[in-house]
Amino acid sequence: MEKNWQEMTADEKQEAQFQKLLTPKDPEGKDLKFQSPEAEAAYKASITRIKDAIQLKKTPDRVPVALLPSMFPFINAGMTVQEAMYDYDKCAAAFKKFILEFKPDMHIGAAGPGPGKFYEILDYKLYSWPGHGVAPEHSYQCNEGEYMKAEEYDLLLMDPSFFFRNFYLPRVFGALQGFQMLAPLTGILEIYGVAFQFIPYALPPVQGTFKALFEAGAEALKWAMVMGGSNGELTTLGFPIILGGFTKAPFDVIGDTLRGTKGIMMDMYRQPDKLLKAMEKLVPIMIGMGIGASQQTGNPQIFIPLHKGADSFLSDEQFKKFYWPTLKQVMVGLIEGGCIPFPALEGHWGSRLKVIQDIPKGKTMWMVDQTDMAKAKETLGKNACLIGNVPSSMLRLSTPDEVKAYCKKLIDTAGKGGGFIMSNGAFFDEAKPENVKAMVDFTKEYGVYK
Amino acid sequence: MAKDLVKTLADLKEKEALKIVEDRLKTGEDPLKILDDARRAVEIVGKRFSDCEYFIPDLVYSGEILKQITGMVKPKLTKAAEVKRLGKVVVGTVAGDIHDIGKDIVVFMLDVSGFEVMDLGINVPAQKFVDAIKNTNSTVVGLSGFLTLAFDSMKETVEAIKKAGFRGKVKIMIGGGQIDDQVKGFTGADAFGKDAMEAVKLAKGWIGG
Repeated sequence: MEKNWQEMTADEKQEAQFQKLLTPKDPEGKDLKFQSPEAEAAYKASITRIKDAIQLKKTPDRVPVALLPSMFPFINAGMTVQEAMYDYDKCAAAFKKFILEFKPDMHIGAAGPGPGKFYEILDYKLYSWPGHGVAPEHSYQCNEGEYMKAEEYDLLLMDPSFFFRNFYLPRVFGALQGFQMLAPLTGILEIYGVAFQFIPYALPPVQGTFKALFEAGAEALKWAMVMGGSNGELTTLGFPIILGGFTKAPFDVIGDTLRGTKGIMMDMYRQPDKLLKAMEKLVPIMIGMGIGASQQTGNPQIFIPLHKGADSFLSDEQFKKFYWPTLKQVMVGLIEGGCIPFPALEGHWGSRLKVIQDIPKGKTMWMVDQTDMAKAKETLGKNACLIGNVPSSMLRLSTPDEVKAYCKKLIDTAGKGGGFIMSNGAFFDEAKPENVKAMVDFTKEYGVYK
Repeated sequence: MAKDLVKTLADLKEKEALKIVEDRLKTGEDPLKILDDARRAVEIVGKRFSDCEYFIPDLVYSGEILKQITGMVKPKLTKAAEVKRLGKVVVGTVAGDIHDIGKDIVVFMLDVSGFEVMDLGINVPAQKFVDAIKNTNSTVVGLSGFLTLAFDSMKETVEAIKKAGFRGKVKIMIGGGQIDDQVKGFTGADAFGKDAMEAVKLAKGWIGG
């Protein structure tokens, strides 16, 4: 009899996840019908290839190649980013065209642009997007700020959900102001007094907020249906998605969108103990976020974009004290939950390699941007699959021959013995299509293991 | 004798440094001398950053302490601070890009290193750089950008400077997340720097000081 999920070891859980990916289902739960036997074979070969690359137990048949674009598929299709964000069908069509044109072994789906109308309904202030602070042809960009104040750590520590609902969300969504008036859910206990807790729901600002939520939810669902359909169709065409959800390093949760870059840097000096406590509090929350997403999508790879642990952002001591311990706990928790953490080392991380290599073997895949790949292979690469690191500048400015020469070097060093997936190093918007093509085609040809 | 402000601030001892400033102001000392000590301290911070002893949080923290010191000293200034300036630098994040963290650190380090910096902010159109060069007679321009779209904006900015007839008079440096030597070649800039202290080094090399 099959072991139930709770009784399985991390190894068994990962194996079960891959088996599930190898036997994909349609939305009704029946075996997925591929569009051709070739598509089915290509899909299964890609999953097997990436499984071998991640597990480090055996060398794959060849170096897998992934494309992880930001706005490139839409810009390349002659659309503005604004169109991709507002016309969901057009967005999915452009993404399909992109996949069929470049034929990577795997992709990350068309969800990158996100639903523009949804952001409008909620009056999202955390980002500027086309038509709302940036030009129609440009990507959305984050508006740095202190969305959590220096003196609010105790509030966050006491009850993160209450802090998020009543303080953080009203600051980043104009339409969620009404949340400020709600009482904590934990005050709802017994018949005496229970009705008092619900009075805020009669107030016009709260009702306005709930109306906006209903509308936003409907828009999100409309968009998600198109995205889900797109992923499903690409699977039937033989192209698997390698994104099952995302979570973040606790340091980045606080440093990116709560306290902001400058805020967290000040906190490291002025209130280090509170910062450390807050990050510990976030560990189970971030693990749950990843595992929850993976259970919803049925895909174990959980993306973790890493930002403020890069080389010049922290000293070695600061990295070891503030950044790494809680990130490692999140990754280990994900692994124990059957997920495959997929962190992205954005920027340069050369000085961190010796620290971050201390992770369970064959359980993670790391996107490498500008870190020296040979050094990454000798350290982190002993325990983990590396994915990357064709530079954005090269895809945008070089010739196909230069791209091929770079990929050859990557395959010869990082690809040695397996454990490597060819890909761009950072999410890219602008690129020469012939360079993207050269990266994929050359890898398929030269990357075959003999 | 009070503790040394230069050393205390360079060692990022916030409370102690502020106390020293408070005490020195009480004794009626020339506020300009206090500011000069603080500026020298932050120069040491910059040097420690170049030597990989300090990192970005240390630079940012020193900037925060300096801001507080300036706030304490300013009301006591009787005449406008006559700080000897090395030269003028125009800095901004190029059109289409709204990232400012890297740019702000560059502006700060150029400022404390003795340059008069004109910060044009973010999402700056090429023409605004040209106008700033015309109005300030700056000889160094710094273009910042985080996204790949900045490659084109930087190139357009360099071309606009050229078209306006200023290319011979100004040196142009670029920097930001995805900027490398190849991007430098593409944009036609004179140099790229990987961090704020390289920007200072480049500016000093071109302007002197």
